[in-house]
Amino acid sequence: MIEPFLLRALAAGIGLAIIAAPLGAILVWNRMAYFGETVAQASLVGVALGLLLNIDVTLSVIVTTLAVASLLIVLGRQKLVPLDAILGLTHHGTLALGVIATALIAGPSVDLMGYLFGDVFAVTEGDLWLIYGGGAVVLTVMAWLWQPLLRVAVHEELASAEGVPSRRVRAAFIVVLALTIAIAMKIVGVLLAIAFLIVPIVAARPFAATPEGLVVTAATVGAASVALGLAFSSNVDAPGGPSIVLCMALIAGVSLAISSRR
Amino acid sequence: MTGATPAETAHDHDHGDDCACGHDHGPAKPFDTAALISARGLTLMRGDRLILDHVDVDIHPREIVTLIGPNGSGKTSLVRALLGVQELTGGEISRVERLKVGYVPQRFDIDRALPMTVARFLSLGHKAPPSALSAVLAEVGAERCFGQQLSELSGGELQRVLLARALVANPELLVLDEPVRGVDYTGEADLYALIGNLRDKRGIGVLLVSHDLHVVMAQSDRVLCLNGHICCSGVPETVAQHPEYMRLFGPETARAFGVYRHHHDHAHGLDGRELRGAHDHGHSHGDAL
Repeated sequence: MIEPFLLRALAAGIGLAIIAAPLGAILVWNRMAYFGETVAQASLVGVALGLLLNIDVTLSVIVTTLAVASLLIVLGRQKLVPLDAILGLTHHGTLALGVIATALIAGPSVDLMGYLFGDVFAVTEGDLWLIYGGGAVVLTVMAWLWQPLLRVAVHEELASAEGVPSRRVRAAFIVVLALTIAIAMKIVGVLLAIAFLIVPIVAARPFAATPEGLVVTAATVGAASVALGLAFSSNVDAPGGPSIVLCMALIAGVSLAISSRR
Repeated sequence: MTGATPAETAHDHDHGDDCACGHDHGPAKPFDTAALISARGLTLMRGDRLILDHVDVDIHPREIVTLIGPNGSGKTSLVRALLGVQELTGGEISRVERLKVGYVPQRFDIDRALPMTVARFLSLGHKAPPSALSAVLAEVGAERCFGQQLSELSGGELQRVLLARALVANPELLVLDEPVRGVDYTGEADLYALIGNLRDKRGIGVLLVSHDLHVVMAQSDRVLCLNGHICCSGVPETVAQHPEYMRLFGPETARAFGVYRHHHDHAHGLDGRELRGAHDHGHSHGDAL
């Protein structure tokens, strides 16, 4: 008999793996992995803001993520410093601010580690509603945006010339990304959230011939990693979120090693 | 939109020898109603730099217009403006109603993490049956690429596939931004011949952007020489004789034009760089690929 908390963890993780796959694919194809990483880690500022203003942390995380994404887009338009340097600056600056703010505002009673790495075994039934309800919204929007997102990923200028409103499509994608990060934070925390999006895509890439095939394979890899990671975690009493991400990374490493030998 | 200007006289402000551009643009000419696309006074400022300065362009059906100019002369900005993806500081563009434009961009670096076959790429955003896709691939001589991944194509194959994509929707105007990038020299001549054939068979207008003067010019009906503004324009021979053209591209290249219409006076390595190039060309071959 599996414990209910373990079942909830499993349901939460698998749900996230499915939601994350199409978003991760778009991030990787547009070389936005570090962009995603930055906005995800900046969401710790959102946690602090939520605690400070005593509002729902999920909501404040979404708002903060969107604000940081907009800031990055504006800063990215200057030509003096390359985008990855801007991302590095924002990433570390907001992470430092988030850690300080969370510690100062709430004092030692706030579980900082929980926000940083998540607490998958503490997932409640309410969280599951958020994951599956929010996830349905995310997947619906992604299905609707899929063709234009794909065309922008293939060649943004060609897509624009053919009438795809690239800027609006990207903006909509970033909104969905913010929602996904807020969901992922419950399970793997801000530091590992983007791993759920990126790593399964890397693992699945050698075995996919179509964009959709890649997404489905990545979702499967993600779900399998959740099961393996949770099994490992509950057997040796290791932290849940990091165990899942470690499984993903190992599968990705093996997958790339196999493909480089072919 | 009255008073159509015939192609021959749509000879965008020609300044003769002096082209320091303290020039008078005069009253704006009306749009050319015989043209597929007709642009008047296109102006683009980026910061305090004037990228495009009152540029007029007309492209007619069955006409190959070649746009040449040194690096940074605004060629790509002008193309983007004509495609409608570049916001302009000034000027107006008139298109034939529901003008269908096929576009081949200058750079196409698809991320290898995005798996996509040529067939899927051709049908992105178009609902075309596989038979139509094979037909258009055959038209550009790339039928064997049908099931291949985009990331596995050679430079020449990729250019043909991009051309096929531009043709899928049966455009009336084809816009090609340096279509011979990453193609070796025999491949380049083939590709230009192909573009000429497409014009003959499909009756489409073609706007070709190039830094490579010799081969292109032989295929063109009209050449526009751009350096922020249109320096000179006309049939290839006229442009080649033009002092402004000589100033831009160097007298050596300009003189070579009449003689070397169909071949080159220097060999190129596979990377596109000149192997024996002591003389000054004054034009750039872009990034070595």
